[in-house]
Amino acid sequence: MSTQTSTDAGTAAPKVVLQIDNLESYYGPIMAIRGVSLKVHEGQIVTVLGANGAGKTTLLKTVSGVMDPEKGTVNMMGADIQTMEADAIVRRGIVHVPEGREIFPLMTVAENIAMGAFTRNDKGAIAADEEMVYSYFPILKERRSQRAGTLSGGQQQMLAIGRGLMAQPKLMLLDEPSLGLSPLLTQEIFEIIVRLNKEQKVTMMLVEQNAKVALDAADYGYVMELGRIVMNDRAEVLAASKDIQEFYLGVSQDENQRGQRRWKQRKTWR
Amino acid sequence: MDFLQLILSGLANGCVYGLIALGFVLIYKATEAVNFAQGDFMMLGAFVCIGFTNQDYMGLDFMLAVPLSILVMGAFGYAFNWGILRHMFGQSQTSIVILTIAMGFIIRFIAGTIWSHEPTSLETPFAGQEVRAGGLVLGVNEVMIVVVTAALTLLFYLFFSKSRIGLAMQAASQNQLAAYYMGIPVKRIHSLVWGLSGMVAAVAGILFASKGAIDPSTGLLGIKAFAAAAIGGFGSLPGALLGGIIIGLVEPLASRYGPAGISQIAPYAILLLILIFRPGGIFSQTQRKKV
Repeated sequence: MSTQTSTDAGTAAPKVVLQIDNLESYYGPIMAIRGVSLKVHEGQIVTVLGANGAGKTTLLKTVSGVMDPEKGTVNMMGADIQTMEADAIVRRGIVHVPEGREIFPLMTVAENIAMGAFTRNDKGAIAADEEMVYSYFPILKERRSQRAGTLSGGQQQMLAIGRGLMAQPKLMLLDEPSLGLSPLLTQEIFEIIVRLNKEQKVTMMLVEQNAKVALDAADYGYVMELGRIVMNDRAEVLAASKDIQEFYLGVSQDENQRGQRRWKQRKTWR
Repeated sequence: MDFLQLILSGLANGCVYGLIALGFVLIYKATEAVNFAQGDFMMLGAFVCIGFTNQDYMGLDFMLAVPLSILVMGAFGYAFNWGILRHMFGQSQTSIVILTIAMGFIIRFIAGTIWSHEPTSLETPFAGQEVRAGGLVLGVNEVMIVVVTAALTLLFYLFFSKSRIGLAMQAASQNQLAAYYMGIPVKRIHSLVWGLSGMVAAVAGILFASKGAIDPSTGLLGIKAFAAAAIGGFGSLPGALLGGIIIGLVEPLASRYGPAGISQIAPYAILLLILIFRPGGIFSQTQRKKV
């Protein structure tokens, strides 16, 4: 492993922000992650694709410290973080934007956003970041004194992302930002994610079922099935690959034998 | 005049119930556990203060003994969660409930061993003093209870809506997982909430003991406060106070105007009616908590 890191440092490639090696995590008695290794480079958007139950959310939870792995390491910029408490990991610059509507429903939008900066003390910079968040999500500024539970699904997703930004993350873990949103809203959210990546230099690790939008936004992609990484490549290569087109993008090739067989095999795996 | 007098003394009693109920609700909201030892926390707070200030024990100045007892009980609540309850994290509600009930017995026994099972009064500088307003005769201690409760309510309101830790407590109670994601140290927040409810219990205990003698079984009053919390809507701080005041008011009125014995039943009868017609309590929260 040490040789690997040294070769990375030798080349001019961007720094590795997050490196996961042979990670195994249990979800209750079920082994949800069965030896996952992956890398996220600085400034990139990396996506992890997979169906329901592939272990994507468990992977993110293990990285953000809400769950402890059984085996393996999670390394952030040279430090092993897999045994750290969730709040220590946020302080180090990894923030987890959870799926769906995990906001504080009875607090106002402004209070929710302020909660994102819980680990910070620099008042002036926090106020400036609030304005930055509102500039990306003007609708949140309009609704700032409204209870967050009364927002629409898309607005709650925006709030979750905006709240995550307030922690000044180096790496943002996004769990299915498209969940439950209309195609138009999904597109809008992903445009903002790409802008944040470019303009605020936030490295993103993005977990998605919606392979099309995710691969459009991402630089690099991993495909997870039943807790394992089964494929990884640059996003445009993945998007062009036959397997991805068949199983995740729903592009039907000619109804060939191979596709039939693969489908059957997948079924028996479950 | 008689009626007004009853109302005022009922109000004082109700404030004490309300403060104990506040302790229940604080812990329930933050950690989803119900602390059935809350009444015993109150009793212990009162005895700690007795230990500090009464001439038979340490004989400290009352004004010094009160903050000291509040601090001791705050530390006790914090330590109870940190040392015992935290390790039960993830266990079923039932085991936590049973643990707190057992804790109540232990506290009662310890208090009895240290301060005896005989009724004891708290020696306060204002014992026996009265204020007369119009035709009303009020004990200074009763006025104190109402004033202190009102001040404490205001303090709590400011704490939860303005302070960083208060807001973090709210956040952790509304969505624990999201609180973790925001870097809020949820387990420490839980311990702090237990500390806070220990402090409220101490205030309630000191106020209660200023009205009359207490003994270690006084903690069973907690059941009445539990009813108060349920009437107000478990999970609502103003509801807890209101529920306490309702019960406090109903008791003397029922014993004065109702048939004998009714005042013992009245609080629970109200609880039954509330549970039938408004199961969420008076201040039921419209937003259900998501799991």
